[in-house]
Amino acid sequence: MKKEFRESINTALQNANLTGALGRFSEAYRTSRARAYEGIDFEALRTRIAELKSYAASHLDMLAETFSQNAEARGAKVFRTTNPEKIKEYIVNVAGENGVRSVVKSKSMASEEIHLNPYLEDHGIHVSETDLGEWIIQLAGQRPSHMVLPAIHMTKEEVAELFSKEVHERLSTDIPQLVKVARNRLRTKFLNAGMGISGANIAVAETGSIVIVTNEGNARLVTTLPKIHIAIIGIEKLVAEFKDIVPILTALPKSATAQLLTSYVSIITGQTPNTDGSMKKLHIILMDNRRTEMANDPRFRQALQCIRCASCLNVCPVFRLVGGHVFGKVYTGGIGTILTAWFDEMKKSEDIQSLCIQCGNCKEVCPAKIDIPELILEIRRRLVKDAGQSITQKAIFYVVNNRRLFHSMLRTASLTQKPFVKGGFIRHLPMFLSDLTELRSLPPIAPVPFRDKFKESSRSKISKKKGKVVFFAGCLIDFAYPDMGNAVVKILNKADIEVAFPEDQTCCGAPARYSGAYEVAGQNAIDNIKALMKEDAQYIVSACPTCTVALKHEFINTFDSLGKNDWLPQAREIAGRAMDFSTFVKKLADEGRLTFKDGALEKSSPLLTYHDSCHMKRTLNVHDQPRELLKKSGFDLVEMFESDMCCGMGGTYSLKLPEISSPILQRKLKNIRSTSASIVAMDCPGCVMQIKGGFDKEGVAIKVMHTAELIEQQIE
Amino acid sequence: MFDIFKMRAEAVNAEVHRFRSGSAALDFVLRFLQKEGVTDNPGSYAVWADCRFLDGADRKQLSEKVPGLKFDFSRETAAESKIGITQMDWAVADTGSLVQDSTAVEQRLASSLPLIHVALAATDRLLADLPSLLTKIGPKESGYMAVITGPSRTADIERVLTIGVHGPERLIIIFVDGPGAMDQ
Repeated sequence: MKKEFRESINTALQNANLTGALGRFSEAYRTSRARAYEGIDFEALRTRIAELKSYAASHLDMLAETFSQNAEARGAKVFRTTNPEKIKEYIVNVAGENGVRSVVKSKSMASEEIHLNPYLEDHGIHVSETDLGEWIIQLAGQRPSHMVLPAIHMTKEEVAELFSKEVHERLSTDIPQLVKVARNRLRTKFLNAGMGISGANIAVAETGSIVIVTNEGNARLVTTLPKIHIAIIGIEKLVAEFKDIVPILTALPKSATAQLLTSYVSIITGQTPNTDGSMKKLHIILMDNRRTEMANDPRFRQALQCIRCASCLNVCPVFRLVGGHVFGKVYTGGIGTILTAWFDEMKKSEDIQSLCIQCGNCKEVCPAKIDIPELILEIRRRLVKDAGQSITQKAIFYVVNNRRLFHSMLRTASLTQKPFVKGGFIRHLPMFLSDLTELRSLPPIAPVPFRDKFKESSRSKISKKKGKVVFFAGCLIDFAYPDMGNAVVKILNKADIEVAFPEDQTCCGAPARYSGAYEVAGQNAIDNIKALMKEDAQYIVSACPTCTVALKHEFINTFDSLGKNDWLPQAREIAGRAMDFSTFVKKLADEGRLTFKDGALEKSSPLLTYHDSCHMKRTLNVHDQPRELLKKSGFDLVEMFESDMCCGMGGTYSLKLPEISSPILQRKLKNIRSTSASIVAMDCPGCVMQIKGGFDKEGVAIKVMHTAELIEQQIE
Repeated sequence: MFDIFKMRAEAVNAEVHRFRSGSAALDFVLRFLQKEGVTDNPGSYAVWADCRFLDGADRKQLSEKVPGLKFDFSRETAAESKIGITQMDWAVADTGSLVQDSTAVEQRLASSLPLIHVALAATDRLLADLPSLLTKIGPKESGYMAVITGPSRTADIERVLTIGVHGPERLIIIFVDGPGAMDQ
């Protein structure tokens, strides 16, 4: 990670305006977005959008051609190019031919992408951004920090200061007054401009129409008052048919700003009359800039489905801390990382891609159904493939994959640190793991790993065997939390299920995969498949959602990415058998194979809150099952705010970016404390490690436990 | 459908009125112009873009009633107007939107430059939603289709909702009932 990048993160984290405004916005956004989508089948809507945009992405050439013909038949001039430089030249030429000295612009990300403004200024053409946020940014000489809310990082005091300079008058910080100042100042510019430049949200091939969505009304003036209108449009904005605009217009305002519809939607088809009776000169620039290359990449084509609503920014636990400036010049957030990697350069996304904690919030809300986390991992994979892993990383994976060595190293570390073990936590760890203790205490390494405890424990506690399950422990349960594993085994035994623990099982490969080391993850998958297939059991149960996701999805995805197709049938077999602990136990309870003790906790019925782990909630789609098991066990469940927001662990993320992981954790701890619950339950040992460690550092006595440990005592 | 429209439009800060006849609506408009202080001075004009509602109306007489009310206007006049009046072609209930074929530039000038936009619409032109709208109007019929939902707004400074940026800060919607409601 580059030093400047780390510094930009720290600058952002220390900017209280930014993190405060973004934090409040993202908290409110979830609720208001949900309200805007009330009564709408979001899945059906986004499936429709994904279909029509995916069709467009596979037919860019044809649609661009049809669009050009239809727009030109209505009097527009269409210029199509792959080269951003040609666009800038074209615009300067049109300006020159018509004696244009000043331009008004409504928001256009495409123009940002090619850095149009400085180019025009260099050619003596004065440019005014007219979107209020963009104008503020332009006056401040800054860059937008958010695709939809460009000036969200600035305070009214800063805006008042900027505007005061612009109009040579001391202005107050009254926001409506400041908006009036902008209206008056920009009105003159609108009336005097020789050219209006806009972007477009949709371009319709069938009719040659462009659709522009705004709230302020600036695009209406940009496209009405000057005699020349130039629209710069990325070719991914193309759709085939006019009716395709309906789903996009239905989703875009709701996802972007939680509005049912923006104040203005302008649908422009061909030339329209000017105020002096002449016809407007309409130039439409279809910009490629590597979009066709992207469309030809089977993995990345789906990124062209993006409708630029920025909801992936609004729900991102990292974005709400650091804002957009750390992402570079143009596109920000999750989708911005992907667009930067393509429209700019893969190498440039090296640092920003590492910001993704893989929580999956963005994938859940994306109205175009883009698997943003997966595409970011794909970038990571390609970067690692090109540059290789660092030596430290290689060393870590070597150790992690060697089970006995890994345990004995951790154990040694844990023992040599004995004087520092306090209340069941290690405060410091030596060697490469030392960063882990920066923000939270770590659990001590169990003296005997689960794999050895399992051997010690008798398997004959079952009266009459009614089935067999393979238990996949995963690193954390195996080495740090064997008690969680014991609880799982006890519960399964109570249902007369025999538990098998194949000794050769190893790390699920998630740490390697999330670091882009797909070869390592692939080898993990192969080793595990070999080990797990040895046992003849209908189910493979894991009490770690990340491991379950690996078994159910990631082995397949990893082989797919690596082209190891010969392993796919076995991976699919494993995927079919794998199930997370809570889902499996809920199933057993529903089948009457497990009964809960009556009134075991009746006297106290402790107040408990539940934290939804990212992989559990969003990839496995499991949220009710653990809650029901806990309620059946007699716990009084109270929901926390943002129960399914990431805890900041993210596997090795907390090692690489502790400065971001820490504030995410703090927020989680605060939300747990606010419930007054005495216990917080979760299904992920990684989350337990993060949250338990966080409370230990704070000295807060809230119990942090895995669902398995909590319900084991309450089952007959 | 009108009730849904009214609820949705008011939720985005539009003001919604409904009259049984064109003449009642006209009375309301004239009183509104007077109340808002329309005069024949720059900054206080009102511009009324050509529309069916005005067919058969005595425009000269109307201008005499409200000095400053103009029917033929340039963009400079529109920019110096406090109020702009246009007739909308359709209304969409589920978003509280108004829709107009705004190909004729004076329609856009009158609805985008003044501080207040008075929008007339026939109640029987109220449609349920966006898909039903697109069966009525499209790029074939209109070179500049305008969909307007509430007044101009921004939240670009500290996320504080502020009404009235580059477009009107008030949107007054006037529905007129009855077949041929827009014929005077």
